Amino acid sequence: MLSIQELSASVGEKPILNGLSLTVPAGEVHAIMGPNGAGKSTLSYVLTGREGYEVTGGTATLDGVNLLSLVPEDRAAKGLFLSFQYPLEIPGVPALTFVRAALNAQRKARSEDELAAPAFLKLAREKAAALKIDFDMLKRPLNVGFSGGEKKRMEILQMAMLEPRFSILDETDSGLDIDALKIVAEGVNALRGPDRGMLVITHYQRLLDYIKPDRVSVLANGRIVATGGPELALELERSGYDRYAA
Amino acid sequence: MAAVKQTVEQVKALESYEHGFVSDIESEFAPKGLSADIVRFISAKKDEPQWMLDWRLEAYERWRSLDEPHWAEVQFPPIDYQDSYYYAAPKTKDGPASLDEVDPDLLAVYAKLGIPLKEQEVLAGVVGAPRYAVDAVFDSVSVVTTFKKELAEVGVIFCSMSEAIREHPDLVRKYLGTVVPTSDNYYACLNAAVFSDGSFVYVPPGVRCPMELSTYFRINAENSGQFERTLIIADKAAYVSYLEGCTAPMRDENQLHAAVVELVLLDDAEIKYSTVQNWYPGDPVTGKGGIYNFVTKRADCRGDRSKVSWTQVETGSAITWKYPSCVLRGEGSSGEFYSIAVTNGRQQADTGTKMIHLGANTKSRIVSKGISAGHSSNTYRGLVSAHPKAIGSRNFTQCDSLLIGKGCAANTIPYVEARNGQSIFEHEATTTRLSEDQLFYARQRGLSQEEAVALLVNGFVREVLQELPMEFAVEAQKLVAISLEGSVG
Repeated sequence: MLSIQELSASVGEKPILNGLSLTVPAGEVHAIMGPNGAGKSTLSYVLTGREGYEVTGGTATLDGVNLLSLVPEDRAAKGLFLSFQYPLEIPGVPALTFVRAALNAQRKARSEDELAAPAFLKLAREKAAALKIDFDMLKRPLNVGFSGGEKKRMEILQMAMLEPRFSILDETDSGLDIDALKIVAEGVNALRGPDRGMLVITHYQRLLDYIKPDRVSVLANGRIVATGGPELALELERSGYDRYAA
Repeated sequence: MAAVKQTVEQVKALESYEHGFVSDIESEFAPKGLSADIVRFISAKKDEPQWMLDWRLEAYERWRSLDEPHWAEVQFPPIDYQDSYYYAAPKTKDGPASLDEVDPDLLAVYAKLGIPLKEQEVLAGVVGAPRYAVDAVFDSVSVVTTFKKELAEVGVIFCSMSEAIREHPDLVRKYLGTVVPTSDNYYACLNAAVFSDGSFVYVPPGVRCPMELSTYFRINAENSGQFERTLIIADKAAYVSYLEGCTAPMRDENQLHAAVVELVLLDDAEIKYSTVQNWYPGDPVTGKGGIYNFVTKRADCRGDRSKVSWTQVETGSAITWKYPSCVLRGEGSSGEFYSIAVTNGRQQADTGTKMIHLGANTKSRIVSKGISAGHSSNTYRGLVSAHPKAIGSRNFTQCDSLLIGKGCAANTIPYVEARNGQSIFEHEATTTRLSEDQLFYARQRGLSQEEAVALLVNGFVREVLQELPMEFAVEAQKLVAISLEGSVG
């Protein structure tokens, strides 16, 4: 599904990713852990095509499609989703309006019919209820004045509505208390399936108690330095990243 | 949501300035230049009574003693007032009496612009759909006014200014120039001397005008200015909603548009005045051509508890210099100003409002949204003042600027004068840049660059769009998106 080979990228003049290779087959939830500054967020931005992140070598494909040659919206239409570490505020645009515009833009790009208002609203109500989001909140401008936890929940709601083939969750646990974390994790788990893949980027083991990864990789100095089963995360929790940092 | 979708589709479907075509309509011109004789010529062309000619000539003499104002944040080369036509009219007999007599070529122009001039076409729509009466002004003259008969049945007079001068001289003499006196400013004075046509509306006491009224202005002729004059009177407890739209062909020279709009409100009257201004903005790269939109608009709330609201969507013109104002004279009267001003390319706008509180317990509200992109400059200039007698007056001003890209400028110049201790004025202002982060966020969700800009900009201007009649809100949203096309990336 997601295949990254020898990927290198820099921000400005500074190399951040140094020949990173990683494969996530369909159906797998893959956790990426690593110390601060290892390149975790850079990886998510390079994959989604943010400006200012220059790819200097290597490849990244999703279902065989070269992601790196596509503009961000085309990557989204191919089913790539990023849950942002710091979700943006969109003044004046109700959350519902935003999500519907996004959903229909993606459907259009895939030559599918647009979702009509009644069907869309039904879907939004269902998904919001599952994430314990008050439906009225979706009528407010997206993320404006929302708490950190509410913003993260809105990210997962968008993910649930857009049903991406491959999701990247960038530090989704930061800013969440334990109750919110459980709700968010349930939302994420509901999206697991044999056709989907996920990259769960986190600094701490805590999130992985609720979203159980199939495999865990350690990212340090811009490359994957170790890969293993869920036990690797527990080990990191005990011994820290020191032995990878050098 | 539907509107967003529509915006997106329209943006794709339309070119950047779709009204830039020139129509080959046979016209008749006054000789180039300005003189007392030209003023006489215009007056004679319109069969005006002596009092009207005298009024014009007096204005002309006054104008000669005035200097062009240069205090606005706009720059332009000197205007040669002798190098322009002050009268251009499509050739017809007298004013057309009915649609059948209107030149088919002219009707074709309006069809191309999407303006319904045939009443049956308007009527052919869905039952219960809102209807609009239209006065179409082509260069210097009004070519047709629709629904006159139906309006007359309830006592509403809606006609061209020329016709009003002939048919309703008492009303015109009573109100013309009482809100914007001839000597008010340089351009208003010029307008008084040479105004060619415009719309006239009178709504009698207690009448709620049964449909939206609109005037559609089109400059077509080369080297000509447009100087229309609009006068709207809402008598006691009358209500009217009025909309004006404007377009012009793409031309390399600058054309002057110096209009005057006067609104008169008696006790308990209400006027909603909306403008969607889309004059040709000039070449986006070189800045060549485009309309100089130097306009004076003012409402006089003479009556107690009268209420006026200006809503403007300004996307066109090379230079905009306009401050729709409210004189809040009547006790408890109120004025509102909602504005979206978009500048892109090399456009310059210096626009805002004046809220002049003269009466006790008067209220005003200003919501201004300025969007600058390209190498444009966008200035909000506003005055809120309270007279010593305006006890208990209140104003709220919200003034937001959005910058797109790095080459543009936004200024906010508020003037506040309170001459009594019992007025409450509030002013809030923000300036933000359309952030790359927000754009990326929207694109990551699947929206294209253009769609993302349209969505974010619509969010920014939403508060004002809500004030427009629904059909025009959609039109305006479309315009804003088109005006900003290609402004990012």
